[in-house]
Amino acid sequence: MLAWTIYLSFFGMAVLMLLPADRPRAARMIALGATLAGLAFAVSGVLQYRNHPPADTILTITQVTWLRSLGLQYFLAADGISLTLVLLTGIVAVAGTLFSWNVEHRTKEFFAFYLALIGGVYGVFLSFDLFLLFVFYEIAIIPKYFLIAIWGSTRKEYGAMKLALYSFIGSAMVLVGLIATYVVAGTHSFNLLDWVQVPFPRSFQVWVFPLMFVGFAILAGLWPFHTWAPTGHVAAPTAASMLLAGVVMKLGAYGALRVAMTLFPMGVAVWQDPIAILALIGIVYGALVALVQQDFKFVIGYSSVSHMGFVLLGLMTLQTVGLSGAVLQMFSHGIIAGLLFAVVGRMVYDRTHTRDLNALEEMRLSKALPFAAGTFVVAGAASMGLPGFSGFVAELQVLIGAWQAFPSYAVLAGVGIIIGVAYLLRAQQKAFFGDMPEKPAEPALDPITIPERLGALLLLATTVAVGLYPQFLLDLILPAFHPNAPLMGVLTRGGVL
Amino acid sequence: MNTVNYLGLLRLLAPETVLTITGLIVLFFDAGVMRRQSIPRRQQVAAFLLSAGAMLAIGWSRHYSLADPNSTSMLVIDPLTQLMKQVILFLTIFTALVSLESKFTPHVGEYFALLALATLGMMFLVSSVDLLMLFVSLELTSLSLYILTAFQKDKLESSEAALKYFLLGGVSAAFLLFGMSWVYGLTGETNLIRIAGQLRDRATDPVLLAAMVMMLIGLGFKIAAAPFHLWAPDVYQGAPTPSAALIASGSKVAGFFVLARMTLAGLAGAEGSGVWNGFAPGWVPVLAVLAVLSMTLGNLAAIAQTRVKRLLAYSAIAHAGYMLPALMAHNTMGTIALLYYVTTYALTMVGAFGVVAVVEQQTGSDAYDAFTGLSRRSPALAVCLLVFLLSLAGLPPFAGFFAKFYVFTAAASASTRSLGLLWLVILALAMSVVSLYYYLQLLKQAFAVDPPAGAKIIRPLPATLFTLVFLALLVLLLGALPHLLVNKLQAALVVSGL
Amino acid sequence: MSQLHLISILTALPAFGALVVAGFDAPSKRLARGVGLAFSLVSLALALALWARFNPEVTELQFVERHRWIPSLGVDYFVGVDGLGLLMVLLTGLLVPFSLLASWKIEEKPQLYFALVLLLESGLFGTFTALNFFHWFIFWELSLIPVFFLIKLWGGRERSQAATQFFIYTLVGSVAMLLAFQAIFLATGTFNFPELTQMAHDRRLANGLLKIGWLDMPPRLIALLVFGGVFLGFAVKVPLIPFHTWLPVAYAEAPTGVSMLLTGAMSKMGVYGFLRVLLPIFPEQTRAMLTPLMAMAVVTIVYSAWAAMAQKDLKRTIAYSSINHLGYCLLGLFAAMKTMGSDAVWLNEKAAALNGVLLQMFNHGLSASALFCCVGLLAERSGGRRGLDDFGGLRKVMPVFCGLMGIALFSSLGLPGLNGFIGEFLIFKGAFALSPLATAVATLGLLLTAIFLLNILQKVFSGPLNERWSQMPDLSANERAMLMPVVALMLAIGLYPQLLLGVINPTVVGWIKQIFNYV
Repeated sequence: MLAWTIYLSFFGMAVLMLLPADRPRAARMIALGATLAGLAFAVSGVLQYRNHPPADTILTITQVTWLRSLGLQYFLAADGISLTLVLLTGIVAVAGTLFSWNVEHRTKEFFAFYLALIGGVYGVFLSFDLFLLFVFYEIAIIPKYFLIAIWGSTRKEYGAMKLALYSFIGSAMVLVGLIATYVVAGTHSFNLLDWVQVPFPRSFQVWVFPLMFVGFAILAGLWPFHTWAPTGHVAAPTAASMLLAGVVMKLGAYGALRVAMTLFPMGVAVWQDPIAILALIGIVYGALVALVQQDFKFVIGYSSVSHMGFVLLGLMTLQTVGLSGAVLQMFSHGIIAGLLFAVVGRMVYDRTHTRDLNALEEMRLSKALPFAAGTFVVAGAASMGLPGFSGFVAELQVLIGAWQAFPSYAVLAGVGIIIGVAYLLRAQQKAFFGDMPEKPAEPALDPITIPERLGALLLLATTVAVGLYPQFLLDLILPAFHPNAPLMGVLTRGGVL
Repeated sequence: MNTVNYLGLLRLLAPETVLTITGLIVLFFDAGVMRRQSIPRRQQVAAFLLSAGAMLAIGWSRHYSLADPNSTSMLVIDPLTQLMKQVILFLTIFTALVSLESKFTPHVGEYFALLALATLGMMFLVSSVDLLMLFVSLELTSLSLYILTAFQKDKLESSEAALKYFLLGGVSAAFLLFGMSWVYGLTGETNLIRIAGQLRDRATDPVLLAAMVMMLIGLGFKIAAAPFHLWAPDVYQGAPTPSAALIASGSKVAGFFVLARMTLAGLAGAEGSGVWNGFAPGWVPVLAVLAVLSMTLGNLAAIAQTRVKRLLAYSAIAHAGYMLPALMAHNTMGTIALLYYVTTYALTMVGAFGVVAVVEQQTGSDAYDAFTGLSRRSPALAVCLLVFLLSLAGLPPFAGFFAKFYVFTAAASASTRSLGLLWLVILALAMSVVSLYYYLQLLKQAFAVDPPAGAKIIRPLPATLFTLVFLALLVLLLGALPHLLVNKLQAALVVSGL
Repeated sequence: MSQLHLISILTALPAFGALVVAGFDAPSKRLARGVGLAFSLVSLALALALWARFNPEVTELQFVERHRWIPSLGVDYFVGVDGLGLLMVLLTGLLVPFSLLASWKIEEKPQLYFALVLLLESGLFGTFTALNFFHWFIFWELSLIPVFFLIKLWGGRERSQAATQFFIYTLVGSVAMLLAFQAIFLATGTFNFPELTQMAHDRRLANGLLKIGWLDMPPRLIALLVFGGVFLGFAVKVPLIPFHTWLPVAYAEAPTGVSMLLTGAMSKMGVYGFLRVLLPIFPEQTRAMLTPLMAMAVVTIVYSAWAAMAQKDLKRTIAYSSINHLGYCLLGLFAAMKTMGSDAVWLNEKAAALNGVLLQMFNHGLSASALFCCVGLLAERSGGRRGLDDFGGLRKVMPVFCGLMGIALFSSLGLPGLNGFIGEFLIFKGAFALSPLATAVATLGLLLTAIFLLNILQKVFSGPLNERWSQMPDLSANERAMLMPVVALMLAIGLYPQLLLGVINPTVVGWIKQIFNYV
């Protein structure tokens, strides 16, 4: 069932490619249909997993031999972590389609690339054969490039190329690690479940862990490899920045967790501190830089770097609570960042054609676009980590984990939260509640459309629902980190050192 | 001594025979019957005849591919060689179909006949296990290709390229022959298997080393590995595009196969090691140097290009660099990886040149600017270009990705020591990041930039378009389901024991 | 269940009302106001029902509802009230309709305004009833957002800055508290206040904190830092000097109705936090830091009174007086924390002080919000002027207003017979016995308060009539109807404090057994 999330996306892409170019409405409907169906499959998969949790936490979807001579398998499976992120992808994908309803330029190609990206993302989250995972990981690169290079704004070609090259550098590092691991493991397969049984020698783990972790974490915005993120997010069209921040950055974090950390616990133990420091720098630095941006979208772009820092910090705690917090934060940030980018890119920029905060300050948009202002306020509150929204529970857990692993970092991360409040208030003030006298002849802005409202409500409802009842997701996530869990249990089993 | 069974020999050489006859038929049919027809019509008929002949040859090679146990002969005809011949024949068919688009010569018959002859040379090259036979086939191929390069008589570049190709080719042939003569002097044998037997018990001496280096120089030229790559950009650029397609595809397959034959079979026992710390003289370090230089030079020089054929030339050099580690890995996995790589690479290259041929024919240029807005002017062509370039860049789900992955895995698990050639893998991956940059530059031009005002819609011939789409699908199929080819290669290799 | 989930309904109702009111379209302003007020009145009725059903004999928490929420994080849906909670719920229930009435004339998007106030009411009810940190923190922070926007959208000239300053200050405190609670969770595995109190009692909390190895700091220091984090959260909210700088601006810039709620109800969140959270969970640390804490309370009292005297803006004066009044509460609290042995005398003094604190919280809520309301009425008539020296002799033109505001002023000053007196009296009675020196200094504050309040009386009401205001209308019937009940309540409590004491005394006695007197 879950595999259909992947197939449907690619199928939708193929249908779109064959569609005549002058049928934008049909293209939208196909994209919406494909993403909605993907979401439906994701939800049903999650519910099914909750109702009948598999004994060893891993739900095998398909497992067939792909290439015998190398031991490649077409092995799709899911545990709670994958399911959480599949659900996230489904939600953000639907919202992204809704927020792209106004794409008139080469509509069918836009949605074709969009669906290709989504299909790749679903694939990464559901692959338990690491070769397969890598294939999907790379498939996601090119659609990103074109979405930005064709439909983007502000230095789009630069942003797109930077993103593509950073992703590719990261994946090259991962590939080196994968090949080396394949050779050293000697299991004649790329099956994650096989590899996790292999006691890799410490000397090997010590160099291959950082290689793979950083390779993945480049995409997660790990400082100092984060610079693609703000430029890429800013250049991207709305739906693409929603997906980039919402889902693609999670690919990196997911890979770092699922592959690098799970396979090389001794490597993690060695590199735990340095990486935690980088994560912490990311939190504080991202927030500080966001505080001084003039471009509205850059504020959100850097805020993503800051929030992803929490994910990485949570991963490095190596505590159940911190790890599950990190996964929850991935989900939460995906939703919230998607929402923020939707407001900035679609609701504001597409109407005012500026993202300059000073220019926006003169428009006092809360009058003209009250719905946008309201959405941003709530999304901003969620992003600040106010309780009642998903971000709070996630950051709470990450910080509890951090308290145990490295208390000083927890306190410093708290500073990051406070700066986060400051930059969001500043952006909100300037963008929506400017005190300047209103411009005399302000061109009338289009009202917020129905698809936008639906998309915003979907995301808002999700962040509130998860904020108030995180147990729904924690029920999925926690068993995966249980010390007896076959896969990730190795991280919490304690005997890491 | 066995008496020669000529009928048996003819059966085994049926594909070659068919192709020879096809070449002659094409030549005479065109000169005789088609004289008064329009050039496109003559092209269609010639291409059809050539394709039909090649198909027939493929069919025959499938039916009569019995292995000859007699290892002292000059030619080997086993499943592996037949498989490679089939690949080359397919590539020829694709080249012929792609040629339909171009109108560079009135001498249609001669052109297609030469295609057949070049292919014939390559087929013999694949089969030869004897130094003499090898050299003769090589010359047959090369001479045909020189002429094919020069075929566009109204273009100065074409003649210049051919001259350059010819001169450098001649020098390299001299190196190869000189090296061969030394090997013969050392071992007294011309058969590769026997040479290997002689070399096995022998300490590496400077003369052997020199001979080895000279032969590798000669073959390095053939596969356009740096630093013997200098002809490639000019030839790819100057030659008529379909000729370049054959040079980049079929000739590459044959070149790599013969290099593999030479090193793995002929010079077995004199490998040395590609790992710096464990260095022993032999051909592996020489190949390592070639690989490093090719990857680096090819990729870095490609960045600066503004014309697509030149870009493809430099990327071809880089790809030669990626393929060499598979040879150095020196194991079955490596050989399969190499053959898979070169096959899929050749398919991709024919496709890429096919797209260029169409664009060049209709806009008169192969500069990046000619590709501006291609996705709006011919969506199907643009998607094909996307597939070919991304496959060259090594992105999944296309064949180029799996090929790279296979080669690198083989290199990393090379027998000398665990993770022995990992350093080459790292370099290769770093360089493929560079390559993504320049491929994306071209793709950006084709997809992201809007077509200039008044740009014409590009309409390829249906046959060409069909060929290109077929190739694109093939590249996708072989990437997604690599076992289709890998299993065949593996089975053939097991029987043939290269 | 017999309790019908009274507390849950009480908490959810205003939030639901907020949604309803926010949904009205622009033309139906009047309807929106009416519906908003109706919701607040129903909430008041529910609060009164809670009071009626409350069993004053029991010291335990009542109306408890408890469900598992996030088991892995020790988060429960856990509500209940004791005397303190009930008192605060009552106060909130009373003040919100009062504030809505005072805001009746707001013409700019009243729907949103009323909705935000109702949302704030929900936040307050939640804060005063939740017994699990997670649960409680949601409401604690939830109350911030409406206030932020109420100030930002309807405030005075400096509103943006005031709102931002208010928000950031409070949030810094909240984050500090959040971090501290994370450490506590790590040490104990629970977020429930009652359990944490129990664990503090039998030293499981202290032992748990040993688990946190932080830069080789001694455990005592870590415990103190954790204490400091929680303290900061509450100290900003109350506020204690020197964490008060957000307050005068925010109170002054907020619209009248919001100032009333800020001072009347929100400032109580801080004191409530001290009582419910900080002191029960960190008795040891509080005792260790008692001297500086006490000093802080005294400084708060004296300095804020002094500052109030120096203000020229009536709203700012009342704002500082508000800090001053809450200072008394903290004085009483800290005094009661002193280790004094278990003689009955000391126990009585502690009980007196604590009863005083609780009463003071309620009384200050009434009187301060009444004062803000009066100043608002005055400013409305004077075209926004509210300087101390702008008026004079108003008694002649608006006797009713002066009478009512006078009562509120005297209540605030602590005149016997009015509600303010009884609370302050009890605090000083208890505190003097427990901590004579600090209390003696604090008395200075009482004196200064009297001076500036009487000064207001004199400068605004008496003296020669400022001719400019000779036409100023007295209170309308509606306005009287709004102020009268509050003033009546001041009198009622002043004359019959038992009305409230009966509810809170058992709670206080319970605390003394459990928190304030164990050594």
